[in-house]
Amino acid sequence: MSENNIPLNEEKNNQEKGNHKTISHGRRDALKAMATLPIVGAMAYGVYSKRKKEMSNLTSANMFHFKSDNASITPLSSDGKTVRLGIIGSGIRGKQLMIALGFGTPQYVEGLKEAQTNNPGNSRLKDFREQEDLHVVITGVCDIFDVHAEEAIAAAANIHREGVNGKYGAQPKRYLNYRDLLAAEDVDAVVIASPDHWHGQMAIDAVNAGKHVYLEKPMSWTVPETYALREAVKQSGVIFQLGHQNRQVEAYGRAREIVEKGLLGPITLIETGTNRNDPNGAWVYPIHPDASPNSIDWKQFEGDPDRIREYMDYMTSAGLAQYVGPEPRDKFSLERFFRWRCWWDYSTGLSGDLLTHEYDAMNQILGLGIPSSATSSGGVYFFKDGRTVPDVLQTAFEYSDKGFTMLYSATLGSQFSRSRKIMGHDATMEVGNTLTVTIDPRSEQYSEKIENGTIKPGEPFYHYMPGKSIDAVTSATELYFAERGLLYSYVDGKRYNTTYLHLREWLECIRTGKQPSCGIDEGFQEAITAHMGTRAYLEGRTMYWDAEKEEITRG
Amino acid sequence: MKRNVNNNYSNIQLFWLVSLRVLIGWYFLYEGLAKVFSPKWTAYGYLMDSQGLFAPLFRMIAENPNLMATADFINIWGLTIIGLLLILGLFEKAGYIGAASLLTLYYLSHPPLLNVEYILRPEGSYLWVDKNLIMLAATILLFCFPTAARIGLDRIIYKKNKSK
Repeated sequence: MSENNIPLNEEKNNQEKGNHKTISHGRRDALKAMATLPIVGAMAYGVYSKRKKEMSNLTSANMFHFKSDNASITPLSSDGKTVRLGIIGSGIRGKQLMIALGFGTPQYVEGLKEAQTNNPGNSRLKDFREQEDLHVVITGVCDIFDVHAEEAIAAAANIHREGVNGKYGAQPKRYLNYRDLLAAEDVDAVVIASPDHWHGQMAIDAVNAGKHVYLEKPMSWTVPETYALREAVKQSGVIFQLGHQNRQVEAYGRAREIVEKGLLGPITLIETGTNRNDPNGAWVYPIHPDASPNSIDWKQFEGDPDRIREYMDYMTSAGLAQYVGPEPRDKFSLERFFRWRCWWDYSTGLSGDLLTHEYDAMNQILGLGIPSSATSSGGVYFFKDGRTVPDVLQTAFEYSDKGFTMLYSATLGSQFSRSRKIMGHDATMEVGNTLTVTIDPRSEQYSEKIENGTIKPGEPFYHYMPGKSIDAVTSATELYFAERGLLYSYVDGKRYNTTYLHLREWLECIRTGKQPSCGIDEGFQEAITAHMGTRAYLEGRTMYWDAEKEEITRG
Repeated sequence: MKRNVNNNYSNIQLFWLVSLRVLIGWYFLYEGLAKVFSPKWTAYGYLMDSQGLFAPLFRMIAENPNLMATADFINIWGLTIIGLLLILGLFEKAGYIGAASLLTLYYLSHPPLLNVEYILRPEGSYLWVDKNLIMLAATILLFCFPTAARIGLDRIIYKKNKSK
């Protein structure tokens, strides 16, 4: 049959032939008009069948059903009084904390402007400028290196978040000794970001001076000061927040719910770690060209005499003299000043710097508390630059009462990405900014669903992405974006920095008298856990926790 | 329109032209329906991953919640409706124009340029020419060789117009 010129022929036919034929042509017309309609039917059937299959997989939405979809940001009191802050320590971390508080140097703002000019997609300038005002004023700063102190003064005065030649506010007072800052009447609260060996002492002094404290992690350098700080905070009415900003990671709350609901089954092993592979990540920080004995107060850097005595007592009594020094403490050293994390004389090593973040994440999710024992190994394997602190560390923490082990494994000589995993009999959860739950093929809880094909074991079964609240399996791509933080601009329509949220929570607790999320009890657990790991490494033997006496023992 | 209706296609030509129209329609319709049935589906990630000359424009859309919502709506329902129009042969030309517009945007946001890497990796290997560009060419081709007045609901519309 030829289709050529059909419409014209058809019309001619209609005129020539009778009624009967017209009906037949009308039908043929209709057939041709609707010839492709069955294809829509085929699509409908295909979509229906596919949906039916997918819906049976959506049991994850039923099984993983939760109370809250989004953690909410701490609301600011409408009539919130201005908190007058003192900054103790304005080096790398201190400056980051000031930026999170809304105070950057004019040079910092210029840098953001330049980044925006080079890449219009870079929104950091906008984010910084539009970050909600926390109602704070910085009235005092203390740093023992002149350059850092001057930068902190410039940042604190930059109240309108402007670049160079902008309009600035009043400059805060610079204190040469932190104790003078603590005695100042125009300081309500302090942010402490000093080297580790000063953390405990400065916090104790601040609490005793009645100042609220935001203390960078780890909480303490020596074991005895850990107890002293806890005692001081408990005796006082100050609001104490330890700087584990990942308390603010939204996904951890959901992870905790998953564990509490027993969706992972009995948990036996938790794996965490740190992988870094560059000098900066290994604490080889740049040495400032203006640094000299004239611009640095070395005497104050050395540390508090009582704390040094505690450190030396332990190192000597445990036979660890090889880890002390090697240079004398009173000898000025630019390397030791800027790269203090590399020496036990000031540092808490991988345990204090990075294990504490991993531990605190897991402590939030699993309510770990202090482990029953810790065993460590490692060494200085890659950065053989004279440091005493190892760059490779493995610590196994036993929680004999809970029936699981938490493994911390770190190297500063490889950046291979390893996810944190909580391994259960029924499922394993990977925890980052997002969550992924994979059902175990040998799970008993899910055996029926595995058999009837509802669950495919070994494949990611549940993903949680904060801000998107998708309670089902979603694509690997979306997960990829979320892990890189690309999706966070949608959390309440804004991108947030966790340090900002953590400081904000602390400031609101000061105003309302509530307890912040990483208070002294969480801090005590963090510090003791880190000390157990460190001592196990230094002494080369297992450390135990006597929960009744609250003491680290050698078993 | 009139001229096109009188195109003299052989049976085999008509069969393959209609097949191509229906296949492209099917592709659009299912892409649309898959999004209709994915709650909270968004093109945010796709737009943020844009590269090339127009990337800033696409990222700007992604970062503006109102524009983003509009882009999502146009994608979800545009794909679905265009797919239906092409399969059914209804308002054929409008369908091709819609399809060609979307394909142009997809191509411009993810051009397979030299030295460009996408986080959303394409499933094949492309240099300058990708499947979007080929489908775009096919859509324009179909626009020049319409078929719906012969096989499709446009036949009824055409008939009505004709009989007036």
